Amino acid sequence: MKVAYWPGCVSRGFTPELHGSMAKVAPMLGIELVQLDRASCCGAGVIAEHSQELADTLNARTFALAQAEMARGAELMMNICSTCQGAQSECQQRLDGNTDYREHVNRTLEPEGLRYERGIVNKHFLWLMVEEIGLDRIGSMVKRPLTDLRVGPFYGCYIVRPTDRLGISRETPRDTYLHQLIETLGGTVVDYAGQYKCCGFPIITMHRENSLKQAGRHLGDAIDAEADCLVTPCPLCHLNLDLQQPLAEKVIGRPLGMPVLHLPQLVGLALGVDPKELGLNKHVVKPTSVVDWSTSVVASVDGGGDGGRPGAVPASQRH
Amino acid sequence: MPEYTLRIRRYTPESGQAPHWQEFQVDLDGNRSVLDGILQAKDRQDGSIGIRCSCRAAICGSCGVRINGRPNLACHMHLERAEQTAVDGVITVEPMGNMPVLKDLIVDMDAVHWRKIQRVTPWLINKEPVPEREYIVPRESMVDVTQTMACIQCGACVSDCLSMEVDPLFIGPAALAKAYRFVGDPRDAQQFERLKDLAEDPHGIYDCTHCFNCIEACPKGVAPMNQIMRLRRIAGGDHEIEDRNNGYRHEHAFVKNIERNGLLHEADLLPDSYGGKFHPRAVPELGRSLPAILKALRRGKVTPQKALLHPHKAPKDVRRIYDVVEGREERLELNLYVVGEEDEEPPRQGAGTPTEPVATVTGRTPHSHAGGAQLPEERSPNR
Repeated sequence: MKVAYWPGCVSRGFTPELHGSMAKVAPMLGIELVQLDRASCCGAGVIAEHSQELADTLNARTFALAQAEMARGAELMMNICSTCQGAQSECQQRLDGNTDYREHVNRTLEPEGLRYERGIVNKHFLWLMVEEIGLDRIGSMVKRPLTDLRVGPFYGCYIVRPTDRLGISRETPRDTYLHQLIETLGGTVVDYAGQYKCCGFPIITMHRENSLKQAGRHLGDAIDAEADCLVTPCPLCHLNLDLQQPLAEKVIGRPLGMPVLHLPQLVGLALGVDPKELGLNKHVVKPTSVVDWSTSVVASVDGGGDGGRPGAVPASQRH
Repeated sequence: MPEYTLRIRRYTPESGQAPHWQEFQVDLDGNRSVLDGILQAKDRQDGSIGIRCSCRAAICGSCGVRINGRPNLACHMHLERAEQTAVDGVITVEPMGNMPVLKDLIVDMDAVHWRKIQRVTPWLINKEPVPEREYIVPRESMVDVTQTMACIQCGACVSDCLSMEVDPLFIGPAALAKAYRFVGDPRDAQQFERLKDLAEDPHGIYDCTHCFNCIEACPKGVAPMNQIMRLRRIAGGDHEIEDRNNGYRHEHAFVKNIERNGLLHEADLLPDSYGGKFHPRAVPELGRSLPAILKALRRGKVTPQKALLHPHKAPKDVRRIYDVVEGREERLELNLYVVGEEDEEPPRQGAGTPTEPVATVTGRTPHSHAGGAQLPEERSPNR
């Protein structure tokens, strides 16, 4: 499927391994990425804090650019950043919820011939995998199931709250998709206290200690629950959980050393991509446990001799 | 009559015993509330269960608890619905978080919630001279504050505030929503002083991480976090309060960063949030971040070229949007709580006839149409 692809800023800035791993994984899943090169930052809630109209207009422009791609055959808009998903959904709710307001914003876009039409479908890669590709199909593509890898999901905030805006319901349980995906890839889900909590990143310049305390506490909780690694759909969470982890250790006074993976990296590992090609060497906390795991499993698969795919049976059905 | 199992967290601090769970079977219709269930257990099985309640109609705000791990009013959740969202079919009921437990499900609201409410001067400081009769205020400015007035002081947002979890001194969502009640009131004489106070406090408006937990928790649709963002917007936009917490500087650094680069250039954001690379304030802050920066460079996460050069420039139309929107005399703000959300697009009358936006003039007062507190839809059933 072809998608209008919005990679966001941080995936091309301080977490280049996210952008790179997405590019690796997409063709394997049959996703053609048409990158929205001219689109601008979603504002991450900060521009909206300054001026709602400015944030809404910038995102309406991004939506209009995506809709132009959709007119040329892209099925929907896809992003790879929870913060983009949350901030853009917030703007979309206002734009879709009031025709006069939308027309007002569209008038600002008019000189470049851009126009946002109500009701764009904008899905995070996580949602797209579950809802558009389907976990069964993803399961059938798994080459190296994450057997015995204990993965803690770290959802963060923007992709799970508020539930009504993000379309989370019993029919679309998007707040369980990371769980479902980890199981589909053959891994073991580790539930821990911080999985739906805030990484603290938004206040890193305003209240550094509180920010790092949050990151440190969730990482510590994951260690206590015996996770091998965390996986997050949000590059901003990744900054606080990985890049800042050595500083968080100091603030909470506890050694951590917990590897944190981006979502496409975890998928890529299960699809058999080399850890280095997924940029796992670019993390501040070396994901040694994960890489060791992946090499040892590769060895065992090769040794099996039958060449058959070990299969991806969800953990819930394995016993 | 269907049977439901309640697993209630019991705790009596004076006893010296640790908290423990206790299960009670209640038989009640599924559309009766969790509170009804607790009261039946208390009535028939154990009179010592501690629960605070009064109106049983989601008005008084007394019976805030956590049901299946999420804050709500016990009287505002049907047993049937609670059972559906329970992990193993057993409805767990425990006291709210972030506040000390006095007994079982009763928390000390005085020690935390009410003290924070007092912190924000929760009364009108009227403008002088006092008019002989009533103050005349525009209707829309009062509709604007109705959202915060819908608060019933139940403490559900305080219970799950993630900033307060690591910083008990954070003023918190309920009290800051209350602060907006008066900041947004045109009769109040001290808007600037109130905002200056809340912006300068290290545990004030800039200590909120926008995690949306309070929006999700509130049974009345107050959306405390949105009120905090409005406080920031007025503090920064109308009064240009440069606070000691870098809140104002961070916001402006971010907004300018996107205007220049189109995409966020992180390497500039950090120093600019402290006033610029060479500002005395920035030097120690950057020094503390140095180990992380060096490690990122070593791992090839960041390259010096990428950090120092600005490979991306904002497209021309992004700059134009900035000029247009930032050049407006008044900020526009649309509050869907106040104006309501359209379900479907109304038929377009004559495309091309521009209409004036219904949304809002602000500065201080988004204007509004249908008012009224809507109860938000049920919480996510999946966790």
